[in-house]
Amino acid sequence: MVKNTVKVSIQSLSIFYDTVQAVKNLTLDIFPNEIFTIIGPANSGKSSLLLTLNRLGEINPSYRKTGTVLLDGENIDTLNVEILRRRVGIVFALPFPLPISIYDNVAYGPRMQGIKKKSILDGIVESALTEAYLWDEVKDRLQSPAMNLSGGQQQRLCIARVLALKPEVIMFDEPTSGLDPISTARVEETLRTLKAHYTIILVTNNVAQAARVGDRTAFLLMGELIELDNTNKLFTAPADKRTDDYITGKFG
Amino acid sequence: MNTAWNIVRKIKEHVIEKVILFSGTTSILFVLLIFVFLLKEGLSIFWMVPLSDFLFAKNWYPISDPPQFGILPLILGSLFVTFGAAVLSVPIGIASALFIAEIAPPKLKEVMKAGIELLAAIPSVVIGFIGMMTLGPLIKDLFNLTTGLTALTGSITLAFMAMPTIVSIAEDAITAVPRSYREAAIAMGATKWQTTWRIVAYAARPGMIAAVMLGIGRVIGETMAVMMVTGNAALIPRSFLQPVRTLTATIAAEMGETVQGGEHYSALFAIGIILFIITFIINGIADLYLHRTRK
Repeated sequence: MVKNTVKVSIQSLSIFYDTVQAVKNLTLDIFPNEIFTIIGPANSGKSSLLLTLNRLGEINPSYRKTGTVLLDGENIDTLNVEILRRRVGIVFALPFPLPISIYDNVAYGPRMQGIKKKSILDGIVESALTEAYLWDEVKDRLQSPAMNLSGGQQQRLCIARVLALKPEVIMFDEPTSGLDPISTARVEETLRTLKAHYTIILVTNNVAQAARVGDRTAFLLMGELIELDNTNKLFTAPADKRTDDYITGKFG
Repeated sequence: MNTAWNIVRKIKEHVIEKVILFSGTTSILFVLLIFVFLLKEGLSIFWMVPLSDFLFAKNWYPISDPPQFGILPLILGSLFVTFGAAVLSVPIGIASALFIAEIAPPKLKEVMKAGIELLAAIPSVVIGFIGMMTLGPLIKDLFNLTTGLTALTGSITLAFMAMPTIVSIAEDAITAVPRSYREAAIAMGATKWQTTWRIVAYAARPGMIAAVMLGIGRVIGETMAVMMVTGNAALIPRSFLQPVRTLTATIAAEMGETVQGGEHYSALFAIGIILFIITFIINGIADLYLHRTRK
């Protein structure tokens, strides 16, 4: 899966909340059109890492980081933060539809970018929902409140909402932790097809899920990168004892 | 032993339950009693003056001979003052609520909340006094009037009284908007302003409408301050720069001079019924929206 270009380059990144260090001197590269999964027990810094890549962490006043993150070779701290967040979208663990209609949820991002024309918005909404495998289930009730959807549908709506931003990288923070197995399978299916057009970073505490969908997998423990390898390799012949212990369920 | 304990406990439960039930029902009972009392004392006026004349006749001369009981000038007086107060207090109130809940740094937020609560605690007679002594003369000079006690003076004074209600309830509604909405919006590249305006304010809208309705309810019911600053002329107002008299001020000012059971007396009670119905409707609307927020 290794390619010459690098989509996201993380260089000696450390993340702190006040004095607590959540990520320790992390360096790794993420390539275009791969599913890069990050596994590790709670408090291993997985989510903090995601919140850094689109600078969402900065909302929290105690958050601080050192090191650099490059997106297509550009330092993310020099980019316009709103534009960065559109280029690097995120889907959270729990689906959080906004308290508006299905259509408006998806059209929210494009509207913020100043797209007003109904025909263009209609197109964006349809293609985003189609890509998220939700279109067929909701096409007859686009104007009904998004809150009426089931949990799995809400999560796919949140994916559609991010897709409508036309991002380059999509980060998923434990996207299936609140979903039943069937919904989970649907979301994983979505991830696999999205890979063709997007770079995907998947944080999961479900080890089996990483093995199912990941191209490369990184194992984080207490904020440190323990091992990073092709998913197959990491799961069949881990180099580090701690990785082996974690994926075989001895701890975490 | 055990069973004795159980019996004692059961009795205790029973007594507590009944006391709570009693406390809960008395407040409803009192409202009902007040309404019944108002009806009993007020309805008799309608034997003499038909309802349509009472509501829409232009003259309120309760002690001339024959007396005229037309409350249109009073209704318009209340409407003018309330409308003016709403125009002033709603935008400022909602804006301060948004500022306190979304923008102000924590320390400033605490100071502002304390200030708003203090504003709510100032007795209305004090606010009326300040309005009469400082605002009145100012408006008189500013617009070159013969008297500074006008509908505008009343509106401004009452705006100060509606503000604490509007700000604190709207602020609660805004704070109650789940953080996840804000995060989702920000994660999609919304600016702080876009998030506040299009998501937070939108989600808090029912609560903000309730806040406005309760603020207006306070204004309509307010008596003391409004009596001190509006000039109390029971004439149909043609502009905000004329003295007006409100429904509430009429009752307060005239009740002392009436003969119990007389026409004037029951006319004042009939005004009370009208006020009761107005505030009931306003509270009902506010309640409707408050419930919608909680869903």
